Formats: sequence, structure tokens, C-alpha cells
Amino acid sequence: MRTKLARRRSEGLIPYLFLAPWMIGVLAFSAIPIFTSLYLSFTNYNFVGTPNWIGLRNYITMFTNDPQYLQSLKVTFTYVFVAVPLELAFALSLAMLLNRGISGLGMYRSLYYMPSLIGGSVAVAILWRQVFGEDGIVNQALGIFGIDMPSWIGTPSHAVWALILLKVWQFGSPMIIFLAGLKQIPNDFYEASSLDGAGRWKQFAHITLPMLTPIVLFNAIMQMISSFQAFTPAYVISEGTGGPVNSTLFYTLYLYQNGFGNFQMGYASSMAWVLFIIIGVFTWLAFQSSNKWVHYDN
Amino acid sequence: MALVIRYQKVFIHALIIAGVVIMLYPVLWMLSSSLKPTQLIFTDHSLWPKEFTLDHYKNGWKGISKTTFTTYYLNSFMLVFFAIIGNVVSCSLAAYAFARLEFKGKKWMFAVMLMTMMIPLHVLVIPQYIMFNKLDWMNTILPIVVPKFFATEGFFVFLTIQFIRSLPRELDQAATVDGCGPLRIYTKVILPLIVPAIVTTTIFTFIWTWNDFFSQLLYLTGQDKLTVTLALRMFLDAMGESALGSLFAMSFLSIVPVFLMFLFFQRFIVEGIASTGIK
Repeated sequence: MRTKLARRRSEGLIPYLFLAPWMIGVLAFSAIPIFTSLYLSFTNYNFVGTPNWIGLRNYITMFTNDPQYLQSLKVTFTYVFVAVPLELAFALSLAMLLNRGISGLGMYRSLYYMPSLIGGSVAVAILWRQVFGEDGIVNQALGIFGIDMPSWIGTPSHAVWALILLKVWQFGSPMIIFLAGLKQIPNDFYEASSLDGAGRWKQFAHITLPMLTPIVLFNAIMQMISSFQAFTPAYVISEGTGGPVNSTLFYTLYLYQNGFGNFQMGYASSMAWVLFIIIGVFTWLAFQSSNKWVHYDN
Repeated sequence: MALVIRYQKVFIHALIIAGVVIMLYPVLWMLSSSLKPTQLIFTDHSLWPKEFTLDHYKNGWKGISKTTFTTYYLNSFMLVFFAIIGNVVSCSLAAYAFARLEFKGKKWMFAVMLMTMMIPLHVLVIPQYIMFNKLDWMNTILPIVVPKFFATEGFFVFLTIQFIRSLPRELDQAATVDGCGPLRIYTKVILPLIVPAIVTTTIFTFIWTWNDFFSQLLYLTGQDKLTVTLALRMFLDAMGESALGSLFAMSFLSIVPVFLMFLFFQRFIVEGIASTGIK
């Protein structure tokens, strides 16, 4: 009886021992920082002085008196809402092409995934500077068709496109998720519909796409969240400036410049919170709209 | 009819291969350029260099101001090594508790774990930077490595929980009947069975830590502390376009470890993405 009681008590504590690292981690690296960050966002903390409470001033400045901030918002929104749909379209097209019972699927899938694996690296950002430079391979290829282009990364109206294409180039992981989804669609559906005389496009519109909508939603949210936070390519390709003329001043790059370049940590914290809210709102909107277009089978 | 299908198949293969060529062309171009003499990089358009040279690799390896890439690679591998140990140990411990043990507050703690996965890094990074600075951890790998020993990457905890949940509970029950406590069940029953989850954690920790430019940029500043990733960026700033060949050579070498990981562990990577939607 006593041993049983003792064992129960010790088992009562043991789970917390397993969880201890995680609990300390959450407290030290998530909970305390998140409240500190919220507090700092209402201060003018500059890393050396003491934080002074300035209320909403950072937030007001951002939207009324900081053209660079608004520019960074514009660049980031352009990036997210052009790159993500394009990326998903490519991912889905390739997944459908690869899902037609062809041989060598494993190899093709790996080859298409390769860019995603290295796409976030500095090496690829460096490569992209050259690929979209004045004599880069993209302009050489366009030259064959008689199209004469300036350096993409040196031209304000073109630079963000080089970054968008870098993102689209990395369609590998949504593609793999689409492929997994396509495999779940029962073959009977297609067989039944071809007996009814449905063509390939009809099958796509009435079977494939509706069945895949939960995965489209998932991929869209995942890619949107990661694109809002993109940093490395913009930093490396513009050598940390966001240039030319702020045309690649990504949100996180401007946040970095404020927080760790000028040590305006109060202001950078406010920026981080606005980003958090933006991501939250768009994720919520995606889920809200999903009632209208996502089909779940019962 | 059979012939039409055969032609269709050939056409699809051709389309897919054309896509692969376009996708991989930039990387092959980088490799090919790194093997060409400087004056040929922009004039010799063929992927197969007319003249081969390894000079860019020799010159590039010397790095910047006396620190060679040997140092940078050692730094990167050390960082990755500790990150992997940290993630594997702390995440599997937490995952076991969440998946198999009963305790007070489990529900809301699990909710907290899911929530931490959704917080953007940028909200946390400024207070963390201030904290690590106060601890005098600047210019060491501690700010990057230590949090990983505390299961801060909730994603891996979640992945491992899902994996443990798929294992039959009878195994633990049998071990309990044999007199095993939770610690022995964890080490003798669970750990050997969750090897695929551990491998997935290892691979993705490797790749993400290797490529994680932002944290390394924040915390590692001393010349002898730089990682391969940071050294490449320094190289770009210091040399500009003049040392393009060396820049390409070192860039290519920097992605080789990631390629190798992929080559050996393709199955785990693809299954990991398909089942959990990584990145």
C-alpha cells in the first residue's frame, strides 16, 4: 500500500521532469520575450539608454511619418501576394504531371525539390545576383528572343521580380504535399466520371480541384506565413540595403535595419508586433474564406 | 490506341525533363562557372567549360584576411552538431510526456506548445538579443545552440508526438507490467521505435541551422567565429564581382553538405514534408 502510494506520487512528478526542458524553454525563450517585446514596442528603447514609455508613438510614426516603412509594407505585400499564388500554381501543375503513373517518379520528385532545399541559403542568393544581373543567364536567354533587358537586380521596377522568381523556383515542398494529396483521391472517381464521358478538364474542375482544396488552403497558409518573414534573399541580393531605391526593402529587412543597425529596438519591436498582427489577420481571413471554397468530405 | 498512349508518355517525360533542366540550370551554371578561368565565365556560354581550372577553389578556400574556409566549416559543423543534439534530446523528452504520460495541465500546456509554433521569430528576437547580450553570450554559438536544448522548436516536438501516437500503446503497457517506469519505457521502448522521427529532426535541424543566416548574422561577428554562410556574405562584400569564380566555388561547396544530406535521407525528407507540411 505504501509503495503503491509512493509510486503514484513519483509518477505524478515524473511527467514534469520529462517536460522540464520544454517548460524552461517556453518561459525563457517565448513567454518572457513576448511580453518584453510588447512592452518595448511602447518605448523608445535604443539598447544603451533606459526604455521610456512613449505610448503609441512608434505605431503612429510608422503609418504617418515613415515613408520607408510604408514602402517595406508595399514591397512585402507585392512579394507575398504575387509569389505565393504563382508558386502554388507551379507546385500543383507539376504534382499533377508527376502523378500520372510515370516511371522515375522518385527521381523527378527529388530533382524538382532540390531548389527548395538550397533556396534559403546565402549561396543561392549570391547565385541569383548573377543570374539576374545585366549579363546574367536570364538576360542571355531573353536575348535569344530579341528581348533586351537591363540588370534586374539593378533596376528598381524589376528587382522585386528577381526575388519573386526565386520564391517561385522553390515550389518543391508544396508540390510534395500536393502529390501526397493527389494520391488520396480514389481512382474510382475518375473511372466513374470517364464512363460518364467527362474529359480531362472537367475531371480537374469537378474532382481533382475540389478534393484538393483543403491542401490548397494548407499550402497557401504555410507559404504565406513564411513569405511574410522572408529575409535572407533580400538581404544578400541587395547587400543589406534593400536597394535599388528601397525596391527590395522587405519588411523583415527594414525591421533588422531598425533594430540591429540603428538599435531602435523600441521601434523594431512595434514593427514586429504589426507583422504578427498582419500574419494573424491574413491567416484568419484564409480560414474564414475557406468555408466558401474548401470542401471537406464527411 | 496503345501507340497514342506511348507517345503521350514520351511527351510527358520530355516535358518533365525540360522542366528539370530549367530548374537546375542556375545551379549547374554556378558549378560550371566555378571551374572556368575568370575571363571565360561570361564569354564561354557552354555548361561544359572549354578550359578547366581548380584555381577558384584553391583561392576561395583561403578566405578573407587569413581565416580559411577550414575554420568556417569547423564552426558551421560545430554549430549544427550541438543544435542537433539539443533538438533531438529535448524534443523527444517533451514529446514522450505529451504523447504518453498523464499529468495535470496537459491540455493547456499542449495548447501553449502549438501557440509557440505560430509566433514569428521577429517578435521574440529583440528581447532574446538583449538577454543574450546581458549574459555576455555575444560572438559565441550559445544564443543559437542553447535554446535548442530547451525544445524551443515546437515543430519537432509536434512531429515526434504524432509519431509516438502512431505506436501501439500495448508496448508501453507490457513494459509497465514488466516493472518498467516511464524513464525505462522512454529509453528502452520509445526511443528505439522513433528512430525515423529522430532522423527527420536531425536532417531538418542540420539543413535549417546550416542555412540559418539571420541568427548567425546577429550573434556571430568575430572573424574566427564566422560560419560558412556568414563567410560567403563577407566574401561577397569584400571581393565584389572581381572574385566571382572564387565566390561561385565557395558557394557551391557550401551547398554540398545539404545535397549530401538529401542524397542519403531522401525518403525521410519527402515523407517528413508530405506528412507534416514542413516549410
